[in-house]
Amino acid sequence: MQRRLSRSLIVSFALSAVYAASSHAETVELNRGAMLSNSCAACHGTDGNSPGAIPSIRGKSAEFIETAMVEFSQGKRPGTVMNRHASGYTDEEIRLIAEFFSTRP
Amino acid sequence: MDKFSRRQFIRWLGRAGAWPALSAMTWPLAGCGEQDKVAQESNPAASATKARVVIVGGGFGGATCAKYLRRFVADAAITLIERDSTYTTCPFSNTVLAGINAPDFINHGYVELEQRYGLELVHDTVTDIDPVAKQVRLNGGATLAYDYLVLSPGIDFRWDSIEGYDENTAQRVPHAWQAGDQTEILRTQLQAMPDGGVVIVAPPGNPFRCPPGPYERVSLIAHYLKTNKPGSKIIILDAKDKFSKQALFMQGWEALYPGMIEWVKGSDFGMVERVDARTNTLYSNFDSAHTADVINLIPPQKAGAIAHTAGLVNADGWCPVDQRTFESTVHKDVYVIGDASVAGQMPKSGFAANSQGKVCAAALAARILDIPLPDPSYVNTCYSLVSPDYGISVAAVYRVSDGEIKKVTGAGGVSPMDVDMAFRQAEARYAVGWYQSITADAFS
Repeated sequence: MQRRLSRSLIVSFALSAVYAASSHAETVELNRGAMLSNSCAACHGTDGNSPGAIPSIRGKSAEFIETAMVEFSQGKRPGTVMNRHASGYTDEEIRLIAEFFSTRP
Repeated sequence: MDKFSRRQFIRWLGRAGAWPALSAMTWPLAGCGEQDKVAQESNPAASATKARVVIVGGGFGGATCAKYLRRFVADAAITLIERDSTYTTCPFSNTVLAGINAPDFINHGYVELEQRYGLELVHDTVTDIDPVAKQVRLNGGATLAYDYLVLSPGIDFRWDSIEGYDENTAQRVPHAWQAGDQTEILRTQLQAMPDGGVVIVAPPGNPFRCPPGPYERVSLIAHYLKTNKPGSKIIILDAKDKFSKQALFMQGWEALYPGMIEWVKGSDFGMVERVDARTNTLYSNFDSAHTADVINLIPPQKAGAIAHTAGLVNADGWCPVDQRTFESTVHKDVYVIGDASVAGQMPKSGFAANSQGKVCAAALAARILDIPLPDPSYVNTCYSLVSPDYGISVAAVYRVSDGEIKKVTGAGGVSPMDVDMAFRQAEARYAVGWYQSITADAFS
């Protein structure tokens, strides 16, 4: 058992050293805004950065995103699928989503 | 960047002979979890090590979960075990069948994901899981220990449900419901078929992977035939009496392919019970025979094989989970996402797996970081192409209530009927845009 523990320690320290040296993508805080907004990325791209025909929303102003979402949800803004999505969120949730994408780097 | 990456470290362990030694030492402790726990608790350094998360299956669920876990937790050790070095997506495989896109359009590698998010990619399959010792054994012989295990194994087929159908028969009568070689077999058969020929597509009963998928397939095969072999016909032998986006599909077929597609529903004896691959004949209820030039037989399904081996399935062959976190209700610290899981009202789709992968990543992050998990929010959107310029969709937002994932009322639903072609064209463009976005979201 003593021998096994010491081996585990060596592995642990070695792995720690490796991880301290590695750089990963920016860390995202786990909060309600991130939870709600992550599901948007399947169409709008990771962090709202779309590579294709669906509009990018990364870095758009919170006011723009919030207005668009509210108008989609009320049927005041023409759309294809966004009217059906936007109506699934409360005003507060829309604010959190707008804040998330407006602050993506 | 990394002078000495974890991958290199593992290789070094392998070369030094230390890894097999470690495995050999820990594996026999299966069933002796208490001993491990004691060892860890009495050793502060061991408890301060990075959380070890092993994710099995690099499809939409597993790849997304690995990436989004890294976004939440900078210093977890995340290992993604995937059989292949390239993933071939089922979404848009119908465009490959129909010659709209080249086969390579649906292939995605893992190198960018691995490097950008500091993942340990292991190209192997898992043969055994020990949920007590918390280890997985790989086909290549190695054993990996985990703190948290995520399985995203996709589907397997119920080969026993259709007489005469098995993996060998499927080389001649393809299902093409796992993309790759099967897609190529069906594509080649469609190309070789004479003008004036008959194609049969036979979808299974619910639940199955990608509910609108068989009907998009029929649509895009019809597009190919209309363009190249206009005297041909398609028959749908269906186990069901209704299907996803049915009214929209039928309106599209009437507009684009009049008289070309015949749908035989389950109550009209559409359900296939037997296949004779030598004569390319399907037999449905009451033994009515249907012979065709090309047959696409999509059999009933169940959770991927490893979920069965690990005993994670219910009587229906799918994996019950806590629908807030996707932790298995059978084994703790084991999570099951994607098609294999029982996910309330969510369909079995790549989009759903992507959404579940993110919520599961959040649930793991909450445990690792010891912070509360925000209320889960899920989304699904399934685009289908009726032709390259004619798209339709179904969408939903989901929340958990009373322990089950349910659609938010007043939201979601299908594309409107009877709209102008500009609307259908816009949805076709967005279908392609969606594919580009979700594959980038999962694999890069």
